[in-house]
Amino acid sequence: MLGKSRAGIRALAGVAVMSMLLIAGCSSDDTATPDASGSATANLKMTFLPKNLGNPYFDTSFKGVEAAVADFGGTVTQVGPAKGDDPAGQVSYINTATQQQVGGLIVSANDKSAICDALKEAMTAGVKVVTFDSDTTPDCRNLFVNQATAEGIAKVQVDIIASEIGDAGEIAILSASANATNQNAWIEMMKTELAANHPNIKLVDTVYGNDDDQTSFDKTAGLISAHPNLKGIISPTTVGIAAAARYLSTSDSKGKVMLTGLGTPNQMRAFVEDGTVTEFALWNPEELGSLAAYAAAALAKGEITGKEGDKFKAGDKEYTVGADATVLLGEPYRFNKDNIADFQF
Amino acid sequence: MTTVATPTFASEVASRFGSLARSRETGIFLAFALVVIATTVKNPAFLFSGDGWRDLLLTPAIVAVVAIGQAMVIITRSVDLSVGSIVGLSAYLVGTLFVAMPGFPVAVMFLVGIAFGALLGLVNGALVAFGKVPAMVITLGTLYAFRGINVAWTGSNRINASDMPASFLALGTKQFLTIPVLTLIALAILVAVAWYMANTRGGREFYAIGSDPAAAELYGLAKTRRVLVAFVASGAASGLGGVLFAARYGTINSQVGDGLELQAIGAAVIGGVAIVGGSGTVVGAVLGAYLLLTINRALPVLGIPDFWQRAVVGALIIGAIILDRVLANRQTKRLRAERDAA
Amino acid sequence: MTTLLTAEPAALGRTYANFGRPAWRRLLFTREMAIIALLSVVVITASVMVPKFATPVTMGYLLFDITPILFIALAMAPVMITGDIDLSVGSMVGLSGVTLGLCSQAGLSIPVAALAALAVGALGGLVNGLLVTRIGLPALAVTIGTLALYRGIAVGLLGTTAITQFDKSWTTLVKSRIGTTGIPMVMIVFVVLLVAFSIVLHYTPFGRGVFAIGLSKDAAVFSGVKADRTRLVLFVVSGLMAALAGIYYVLYYTSARGDNATGMELQVIAAVVLGGVSVFGGRGALHGVVAGVLLIGVLSKALQLVNITSDVVSIITGVLLVGSVIAGSVMNWVQSRRVKPALGPAPSTTA
Repeated sequence: MLGKSRAGIRALAGVAVMSMLLIAGCSSDDTATPDASGSATANLKMTFLPKNLGNPYFDTSFKGVEAAVADFGGTVTQVGPAKGDDPAGQVSYINTATQQQVGGLIVSANDKSAICDALKEAMTAGVKVVTFDSDTTPDCRNLFVNQATAEGIAKVQVDIIASEIGDAGEIAILSASANATNQNAWIEMMKTELAANHPNIKLVDTVYGNDDDQTSFDKTAGLISAHPNLKGIISPTTVGIAAAARYLSTSDSKGKVMLTGLGTPNQMRAFVEDGTVTEFALWNPEELGSLAAYAAAALAKGEITGKEGDKFKAGDKEYTVGADATVLLGEPYRFNKDNIADFQF
Repeated sequence: MTTVATPTFASEVASRFGSLARSRETGIFLAFALVVIATTVKNPAFLFSGDGWRDLLLTPAIVAVVAIGQAMVIITRSVDLSVGSIVGLSAYLVGTLFVAMPGFPVAVMFLVGIAFGALLGLVNGALVAFGKVPAMVITLGTLYAFRGINVAWTGSNRINASDMPASFLALGTKQFLTIPVLTLIALAILVAVAWYMANTRGGREFYAIGSDPAAAELYGLAKTRRVLVAFVASGAASGLGGVLFAARYGTINSQVGDGLELQAIGAAVIGGVAIVGGSGTVVGAVLGAYLLLTINRALPVLGIPDFWQRAVVGALIIGAIILDRVLANRQTKRLRAERDAA
Repeated sequence: MTTLLTAEPAALGRTYANFGRPAWRRLLFTREMAIIALLSVVVITASVMVPKFATPVTMGYLLFDITPILFIALAMAPVMITGDIDLSVGSMVGLSGVTLGLCSQAGLSIPVAALAALAVGALGGLVNGLLVTRIGLPALAVTIGTLALYRGIAVGLLGTTAITQFDKSWTTLVKSRIGTTGIPMVMIVFVVLLVAFSIVLHYTPFGRGVFAIGLSKDAAVFSGVKADRTRLVLFVVSGLMAALAGIYYVLYYTSARGDNATGMELQVIAAVVLGGVSVFGGRGALHGVVAGVLLIGVLSKALQLVNITSDVVSIITGVLLVGSVIAGSVMNWVQSRRVKPALGPAPSTTA
């Protein structure tokens, strides 16, 4: 009867497939034992994992990473999910880095806790984890390199928009993704700042563009059509502010709805010149990337362990680790018509 | 012997008007009008401001163009899942060419986009028509392959709006007698294709192949060639969609067009194109696209968090296909009754 | 007596067991064996050429990554064998995950929340099945609609937030491995389900009915197969397996989001078709399906380890998919060319 022999062959085939994997899995002598700490040559292979690829802000920070890596003689690869707002995608790349046993992993987190377990496994396997730009919960990384304090970043944007709309009126926020740690930290600080110092400004809406240009563009259009009395938009994401500026510059709301946020000079230059945006803020992502890479190298070489008070060198400058294993880059910088020509990133 | 009353001019007009009023397309248009009216009541700027009127007509234009091609494929009882990836590739090609040759004439760029899309559609069509393999699987494979090529080609770059010539970007918002230029382009394509589908032999053959492929083959229709043409047309429409995207949004990364295939299929199905093929019009597909995207834009104004937009779209699609089935059943019953009565 | 020559079955892409060939040829020259052979080649090449591929750690990560697809593919295979399709599975993964997250957040224990998620999956499958069998709508259209609807409900319920706090003991359990082998514990669940599905599909009358429906629905009905009820059951099972995959996904990634697993349905269908199931229905086997899923998983993992990005994997998946169906079609054409001359000229017709 055809049933028995065919099913028998099928069962055999299934067992063969699974056992092949088992054999492949168990046969190798290359197991994932962590590198002995204090080894003679430090593992300076780095993996750079931004929130997503194709984001100009992260591309610029990668330039800084590459320069730093060339300086201390390591190697680095950039990997990441293609779409914005994809913590599960980041987990996959973190696992790959763990298997590849890199020396350091530099990551900007899409979600505060979703990637934590994968990072902890990486750290157990001996990989040094440095978060930059967007943090995770402190127990899943060795160090966090922050561009500026959350309060400072929030305050500068609120100050700019308040001065542009006469300190009264409706504003909205165009954010990146709803789970990004840094976005949520900054928005919380903005709300605190508004409540404390700007009682006449009302935050009417927060929308999410997911760091995708088309989504941010369409969400800006949606904001303006849903809130006819809107006077200002804050967009603390470089993709968002660029898309919003582009929409505003060809709409009737140019000059009536003010826009500010965190943007890169190259993307915003045209809009500053045509008057859509008067002033915006950022820091230098290249310096941020470079600092993160030097921090990862210092950890990999065993020079620091990430506790408060540790000092390490990044290029010619020395940095000290602060509370919560955080290193600060500096203060945000305000860009406007007068100084934008001086910057090329 | 029964006498048949000679139709008078008045009764002809009345019956044409009646069938128009009962047609699916009119229903969709009424739904669209309803959504616009409801939203305008809440916020008059939705329709009556310069931006509002422009966005109403402009934003759905890209999906509308892709839906035209998709409708042609669905009518032949196939489906083209790779349209989103073709839009992405075409948009990136346009951007890359403009970056490399800033003086490239804009009109020629449209032709380049259409030709490129047609070429990709030819790949699909050849595999489906000559390989005699199900279109869904082939276009699923090309969806992956084309998107992968797009991401590989893009690397971690993206084309910025500032890299594109100002004249091209201006097309994205330019208006001619208050109608956006991109919408006019979509309308022109619609008129041409609708006329082709309704009035030429080639167009009617699409319907024949979709209604009953076996009968069409036995009748001697060049089924392979027609299916090939349908896929080439869908590819060309997606290529044009990519050019329109580049003009409207300016910034192009590797994810452009992601998920567009489901929007296009949804627009066609809502617009009356039956998924089993053989019925529906491209006009319906375009109206479906306008309805879908206007609902998306209207939800935030109406105070419904736009997270619910996809649920609304899904409910609409299911409603549309149930309606199609109910109407088809009723028509079958009516035809049977007529046949039995005669 | 007139003899009507109908289109050869081979042209429709369906193959039948040809008992004219010896057993070893019949059993080894199948689509499934071809995929398993390809899988073996890829595994061996990767073990040799990719450093750190053939380690328990990597194997473990690979299996963790493809577990949701494995679960759903088990149920998608019978659905496609009957000639239907279920595009809403990815959205159901998201919706069931959201259900799990919301119930867990509301204080229910994980097992109870998981039951709620499974119930949601079964309900979604039931809706699909009723629309297809009772109202008679084409499965492709219905599941495109429910794909949007379920995803929309999932995203609508959670908005753009995510629930990331779950009972530690359960998340650790889901992430644990068997001893030192690196194989995830959830593989035990999968193997049990695989055996159960294989037995039902290949040994029971219900399973034979599934194949019969795919080959010819009318003939199956006339043979006594309850076609509509079978299809309904298969859709419900598909929803259940998608919900199971959703529960796993949320507990493994510790994150319930409305847009989890977007696009997963296409990955499942690609793997299932690669594994030898015909989209027209009527043929397929689970060992091929498992091999198809593993093949795509192994390729992705191996390429990821050498830092080749996911786009190359996409291209390879797409080409493999197209290639496998074209190869099937070419083989059928070759077979029909070889068989035709042997049949001799068609008998002449006399009225």
